[in-house]
Amino acid sequence: MPPIISAIDLTKIYDGVLVVDGVNFEINEGECFGFLGPNGAGKTTTMKMIQCVIPKTSGRLLVKGMEVGERPREIKRILGVVPQDNNLDPDFTVLENLTTYARYYDIPKAEAERRALELLRFVQLYEKRNSAVNKLSGGMRRRLILARALINDPEILILDEPTAGLDPQARHTIWEKIRALKREGVTVVLTTHYMEEASQLCDRLVIMDLGRIIAEGNPRELIERHVGPEVVEVDSRPEVLDCVLREGELYEEFGGRIHIFARNPKGLASELMGVCDFENITIRRATLEDVFLKLTGKALRD
Amino acid sequence: MDLLRPPDVSYRVWKVWMRNRDVFLKTVKVNFVLPFLEPILYLLAMGFGLGIYVGEVDGMPYAAFIAPALVGISMMNASFFECTYASFVRMYYQKTFDAIISTPLSLDEVILGEIVWGSTKSLINTSIMLPILLALQLIKLPDSLLLIPFSLLAGLVFSSMAMCFTAIAPTIDSFNYPIFLFITPMFLFSGTFFPLSALPDPMQLASQIFFPLTHVVLISRGLAAGGLGAQSLISLAWLISVGAVLTILSINLMRRRLLA
Repeated sequence: MPPIISAIDLTKIYDGVLVVDGVNFEINEGECFGFLGPNGAGKTTTMKMIQCVIPKTSGRLLVKGMEVGERPREIKRILGVVPQDNNLDPDFTVLENLTTYARYYDIPKAEAERRALELLRFVQLYEKRNSAVNKLSGGMRRRLILARALINDPEILILDEPTAGLDPQARHTIWEKIRALKREGVTVVLTTHYMEEASQLCDRLVIMDLGRIIAEGNPRELIERHVGPEVVEVDSRPEVLDCVLREGELYEEFGGRIHIFARNPKGLASELMGVCDFENITIRRATLEDVFLKLTGKALRD
Repeated sequence: MDLLRPPDVSYRVWKVWMRNRDVFLKTVKVNFVLPFLEPILYLLAMGFGLGIYVGEVDGMPYAAFIAPALVGISMMNASFFECTYASFVRMYYQKTFDAIISTPLSLDEVILGEIVWGSTKSLINTSIMLPILLALQLIKLPDSLLLIPFSLLAGLVFSSMAMCFTAIAPTIDSFNYPIFLFITPMFLFSGTFFPLSALPDPMQLASQIFFPLTHVVLISRGLAAGGLGAQSLISLAWLISVGAVLTILSINLMRRRLLA
């Protein structure tokens, strides 16, 4: 089966800046595909090119075999989009937000109302259907946007940081809905800063930095390949650093802690404890966050 | 980018129009009363107050002279404010345009829908004012009824002009410039409160070249008095061509702003 979305040397230059720098990826039908990366990595720009709302500079980008520049209306018809910014219509109620949106897809009024109510039940906002949008909490707004993205029964769902700024409960509710949609066969394309979100939801993902894809794989593979199974973490002090350097291990330093990506973490830890005077030593399972920090570096991006 | 590229539009323009109509109908109490209160106040103060001292202008009572001009000013304000402040809020603060272009609608359709809605606001204001002016016997039937369809054309010119400013306005406060430098002079020097012939020749010419309101007032006055002169045809041609060019220009300026 051909990929449902494929990019070949996809490039975007914006105001003379290379925002997306010749990326290649293939997204298969029915999978959840993630784009991870620090701010300014080019994730949102890539999403907007898939959505046909900003033009690409060069390269190819096909959605269901259609080139984005040539058939934007057909592509947009099969997409559902949860944008990074909340752009619900404050002039309308919860239900009206959905029925007004349905009209843009030529869905007849009665059918729109039926679908809207069904979707409001799905995202647990049925009771709020007549509320004003600005009376909703942050989590409810995100759920309403998710419902809005589903009004046209999309084949591909694009989620640009779907849970940014939400509390853990609200985040888990959204994750549960995304999983349910995936089970129904919807292809999910997701960008996120949250490594846990990516590990929980994505079958495959790419890590982007400065407009390029710097790693690709499924979350477990990426951890294995770039970090190893476990990480030794200690407080950063000059003498500790000397010690780690002497042992010749790979390490990174973030926020006052040294993260050592050791081949034999337990052995290393006990060995190090004999040699050096460590404080707050821990051995933990490696996570996607280690991969991310290791590959994208420690400098703040904003 | 070609600023006169023909827009990519379809029947979907109406869906944007309907969105704005739905919001308008929800807030109809505020929207309905206030906009036409202002021209009525002008009519009372200037037409009946100042009019006593002025007497007749161009062979008609002063109130009857300014009444069609006030209709024209109302067309201008309704459309210009809709497609500057209101459109800017939808575009910039509410991100309504972003939400709509994620659906099968194109940005061209969103902008044209906004402009057509702005023209509709002109039609709504005109339709509210007409019965009042008729009751006061300041305008004549049946020709003055043509002010209603005419208000759509006038609205299109002011809406598309406003949309050009919206496309280039860095912030919502920037609208002070077109309002103080363009709308206010137009309000005063378009043959509105005194005949254009009272102005020095170069100013008359400038007013005819640059001010859409001059042409709107000329046609409105003709329709209100029950007879269009030959000059009206030139004004009509001016409004149609400028409206068409500004509509296309505003759509392309918006593409430049939002779809870079």
